Amino acid sequence: MKPLLEVKKLRVEFPTRHGTLLALDDISFTIAPGEILGVVGESGAGKSLTGAAIIGLLEPPGRIAAGQVLLDGRRIDELDADAMRKIRGKQIGAVFQDPLTSLNPLYTVGRQLVETIQTHLPLNAAQARERAIELLRQTGIPAPEARIDQYPHQFSGGMRQRVVIALALAAEPRLIVADEPTTALDVSIQAQIIALLRHLAREKGAAVMLVTHDMGVIAETCDRVAVMYAGRIAELGPVHEVIHAPAHPYSRGLMGSIPAMDEDRERLLQIDGAMPRLNAIPRGCAFNPRCPQVFERCRVERPELMPAGRTQAACWLHAGAGEVPR
Amino acid sequence: MSTLVEVQDLCKTFDVSAPWLERTLERKPRQFVHAVDGVSFAIARGRTLALVGESGCGKSTVARLLVGLYGPTRGSVRFDGQETGPLLKSAEAPKLRRRMQMIFQDPYASLNPRWRVRDIVAEPLREHGILRDRGALQVRVGELLRQVGLAPADASKFPHQFSGGQRQRISIARALATQPEFLVCDEPTSALDVSVQAQVLNIMKDLQREQGLTYLFISHNLAVVRHVSDDVGVMYLGRLVELAPKKTLFAMPRHPYTRMLLDAIPDIHMTGRARTPVQGEVPNPLNPPSGCAFHPRCPHANARCGAERPQLIPREGVQVACHAVEEGRI
Repeated sequence: MKPLLEVKKLRVEFPTRHGTLLALDDISFTIAPGEILGVVGESGAGKSLTGAAIIGLLEPPGRIAAGQVLLDGRRIDELDADAMRKIRGKQIGAVFQDPLTSLNPLYTVGRQLVETIQTHLPLNAAQARERAIELLRQTGIPAPEARIDQYPHQFSGGMRQRVVIALALAAEPRLIVADEPTTALDVSIQAQIIALLRHLAREKGAAVMLVTHDMGVIAETCDRVAVMYAGRIAELGPVHEVIHAPAHPYSRGLMGSIPAMDEDRERLLQIDGAMPRLNAIPRGCAFNPRCPQVFERCRVERPELMPAGRTQAACWLHAGAGEVPR
Repeated sequence: MSTLVEVQDLCKTFDVSAPWLERTLERKPRQFVHAVDGVSFAIARGRTLALVGESGCGKSTVARLLVGLYGPTRGSVRFDGQETGPLLKSAEAPKLRRRMQMIFQDPYASLNPRWRVRDIVAEPLREHGILRDRGALQVRVGELLRQVGLAPADASKFPHQFSGGQRQRISIARALATQPEFLVCDEPTSALDVSVQAQVLNIMKDLQREQGLTYLFISHNLAVVRHVSDDVGVMYLGRLVELAPKKTLFAMPRHPYTRMLLDAIPDIHMTGRARTPVQGEVPNPLNPPSGCAFHPRCPHANARCGAERPQLIPREGVQVACHAVEEGRI
């Protein structure tokens, strides 16, 4: 299927007094309609930044320095703020981590929904309200006719996140960028929100980019997953392969460090050290100082994503493996 | 195995009433939250009890009650056979405090940013008068830092020079300074990334093995709990609903709430598995449901569950507070 979102060689920089920090480098991926792409990584890996760059909400002085973002074949990274605002909401819906800060506490939920709907769709007030109630119902809010006139503080955390998702869906966007949508929620609520996102992708054909640090959520929700490390994609592939047979030593370490529910281990696999800061990214592969399988080439030359079994990994261990026919 | 910590019918009630004037003008009643409501358990020496539950279930309050940061409204905490309530008010308090320490969730907030690591780790030593000599302090701090996988040279740095996982290790080093027997860990890895979480959990397990530490481990992450604990207590709205050895709890959860929690965890090893849909959410603790607090969400609830509060009943080494389990309906 033709991809809905195409990110090509995206590079994001932050100019500072002490030189330019390269926050994202050479990020390329696609998402097809109906597909959920997970983006995982540890804090500071650049996963939220990738989402922000795509929806045009980079915090200044951050800027896209190179690369392209294409939505349905059309470049959106060069659009001005006004044009981008029209695309956001209409074609791209965004869901953020904290549902309380995404809603205006002074307006009723209904008013916020109706405002968003009327901005993007040619509906009158009554129709928009009708649609708002329908959206709340779709996201699983009980008694939406009554709840629509309540304020955000009258909703619980899980219900608020549903309202935020309803807002993001108001204009039936074709791409949903969800940045840690379940991190602030309890597990039982998290399960409900995940089911909702999956339903949206399957039934409505929305393309979803799901940014999270929780591998469990990724495993349950996504079709493909991108593992990020120090501003680059370390591995990209189908979720099952990346979780069960990761090709990059970092993904392997990451999977091994997660306590599992179905096996007993005395010690967890640990990756010693910590992710480098942006101003001290090592030469060659950014992971080389922590990598158990490091060799000479890793310290000098930076690996690009290359085929590694059924996934793609940015790791010299797989150099040449791509030519082997499978 | 001897019991180190024993908690009997522990209760903590917080007054959350509106201010007096507002209450009088609007004729509002006083309001109380029963954050912890009749919790009893015991932890054997050298073992780990984990308390799990969703936000607002009272697990952190239990942690604070145990180390004496809150006083209980009712009930008692016994440490090594002695009741801690009166002891903490007596001249013996420092002796007791030395034997139990706490590790907090947020390593960014629990270390003084203006102190060097040396002073942070040495504070309990100085406070309890264990070591006064500067040279001896320096040696001991170096030792403690080495125990948690940091270098003695790190002592002269400030907290901001460390990553989250390293800071949490500094907190652990500080907690270990007085050579405590009992550590209360309130979500020690929730603020950390998974690879760093693995480092901290490994250190905690190593220390337990080497020094015979006893842990109360508070967490909302069932996978982490499964990894570190010996026994697990599941809390819901201030009450323990199930208390069981880890293996039993994860292999055969009895309480419907425990089952729901286990079903709800996304697990990386079950790609594509359909989960049991979870219904509803935790009710408002200001106005908890009558009878069993879980009954509005429970698929097995009947009239008795709505009226009568179930007690924790021991059976085959497991304690469950559920009428349906007791009656053999599930």
